Amino acid sequence: MNRYKELMARRNEIMKKAVRLDYDSYEFKAIGFDYERMMADTGYGLEEVRRIQAASGVGGTPLKELRNITALARKFAKPGCGARIFIKDEALNDSGSFKARRAALSCYHAKRLGYPGVITATSGNYGAAVASQAAKLGLKCIVVQECYDSKGIGQPEIIEKARACEAYGAEVVQLSVGPELFYTFLLLLEETGYFNASLYTPYAIQGIETLGWEIVHDSLRVAGKLPKAVVVTNAGGGNLTGTARGLRIATDEKIEVIAASVNLAGLHMASDIDFNRKSFTTGHTGFGMPFMTNPDRSDVPRSAARPLRYMDRYVTVNQGEVFFVTEMLASLEGIERGPAGNTSLAAAFALAQEYSQDDMIVVQETEYTGAGKHHQAQLAFAKTMGIDVRFGDPEEEIPGKSIVLPDSAGKIRAREYDLDRARRSLIRNATQRADFLTADDLDFLAAEVNRDREYVQEVLREINKKWEEN
Amino acid sequence: MIRKGAWVRIRKTVLNPEERAENIPEETRKVPLFLWTKGYLLEDAEIGSEVKIKTPTGRIEAGTLLEENPAFRHDYGPFVPEILKIREIVREELAGDE
Repeated sequence: MNRYKELMARRNEIMKKAVRLDYDSYEFKAIGFDYERMMADTGYGLEEVRRIQAASGVGGTPLKELRNITALARKFAKPGCGARIFIKDEALNDSGSFKARRAALSCYHAKRLGYPGVITATSGNYGAAVASQAAKLGLKCIVVQECYDSKGIGQPEIIEKARACEAYGAEVVQLSVGPELFYTFLLLLEETGYFNASLYTPYAIQGIETLGWEIVHDSLRVAGKLPKAVVVTNAGGGNLTGTARGLRIATDEKIEVIAASVNLAGLHMASDIDFNRKSFTTGHTGFGMPFMTNPDRSDVPRSAARPLRYMDRYVTVNQGEVFFVTEMLASLEGIERGPAGNTSLAAAFALAQEYSQDDMIVVQETEYTGAGKHHQAQLAFAKTMGIDVRFGDPEEEIPGKSIVLPDSAGKIRAREYDLDRARRSLIRNATQRADFLTADDLDFLAAEVNRDREYVQEVLREINKKWEEN
Repeated sequence: MIRKGAWVRIRKTVLNPEERAENIPEETRKVPLFLWTKGYLLEDAEIGSEVKIKTPTGRIEAGTLLEENPAFRHDYGPFVPEILKIREIVREELAGDE
């Protein structure tokens, strides 16, 4: 057995020390686990999370109406259509993104348990968020990033995120492309004994519940009504899960939760070549799809991010469309923000045209921008990598080969992904190693895909799985 | 010669090609997994030699010495005129008399 396999075999033991959460105690029957009990057992209620976040420069971000963008969307909508578009300006959290909400509770918890430091594996804004919160609490911090291809060519936005982590005093460990990042991550956890500030612990998800809660209360205050839909950029599923849970805590009224990802179909996430042929390193389908249908592929035994439980729709947008709306946000609204966070805005621009002018929809995040992490920087980098950047119909964009900027705002589309495919895929993945399922397992699966028991039975019949009747 | 105590950047090989995970694309499996990090140099050394550093968390890490006082060189890249055109499109479409 090589050193890679040897370490991976000890992953659960290392992880247990690094999160101090007994995941086994939530397991039941063949495949089920008690998700809600795991969430409740953190002991943090929403009010306490709000207090912790308020004390650390997080939360209470403004909900802004995008009047010009709404007016532009209405130009392309049927008469009477075109919902008012609002944006939750999460870039104004300390460290510049909604990820600060996840980091605030994770770091607070690590400090409370007496860990000397925190480690997180992320190439996203979460690194800077953890580094920032660790700095406030006097915790040491290591951020592990996938950043370069094997030739040492880095993704500009990830390099910028590394700079931000260093600015908050963190140690940044950068790696070339490959899922064995997890190997280095485990080695570091073992060596340091730090807390695994994973994106997928219950703390990291509860930290986002305040965002959903604020959207409800901000909407009532600013617009006097609840939004018809909240559009969420989706990657690992935590943003969507936490936001949806927060909406439900705040109101019993139905608010549609719509996921949006950048379409990177055809690019392999573990490819040394494809790595620098994409212009989005997060918020894309390369994370969004696999994490939705197999949430426990994360860096903890059971992920607290379970987006299919909460998702009403899933739409994709193309890279060119997101760059286009990023410029639109700057030049029409005077709000300059990072492109990846505008994935949900691109989708919302198209989705708003489906709703009445009396309705409101909320784009629930923005992220900070700067050198490297900017549509100018990323389009320039794409050109350097030989990507064909041109104007035309975004439908023609081929990820890794072209970026097609719409030649009219009217060509921005939100493309529907069939969630039924995702639900079936989750059930297949979850039951892969089980020969026989109990009634409790069926209820677990029903909750996992937000459908009834009959739906689950129908899928199980198709894949020849047996279950006990009761 | 870079002096002991200087702030430096190193690179090390974490996994050789034959040690890499199965089920990853061939182009990834045929190259090593590299790691880059920064810290204070523990002994005087030349660029390209094997060194040890102390990282900001106090860990000792070993690798090949790459550079002293590593700079952040990322920027906004060569100007992208397409952005000017996006600006024109959205402004004209918003002002347009429909």
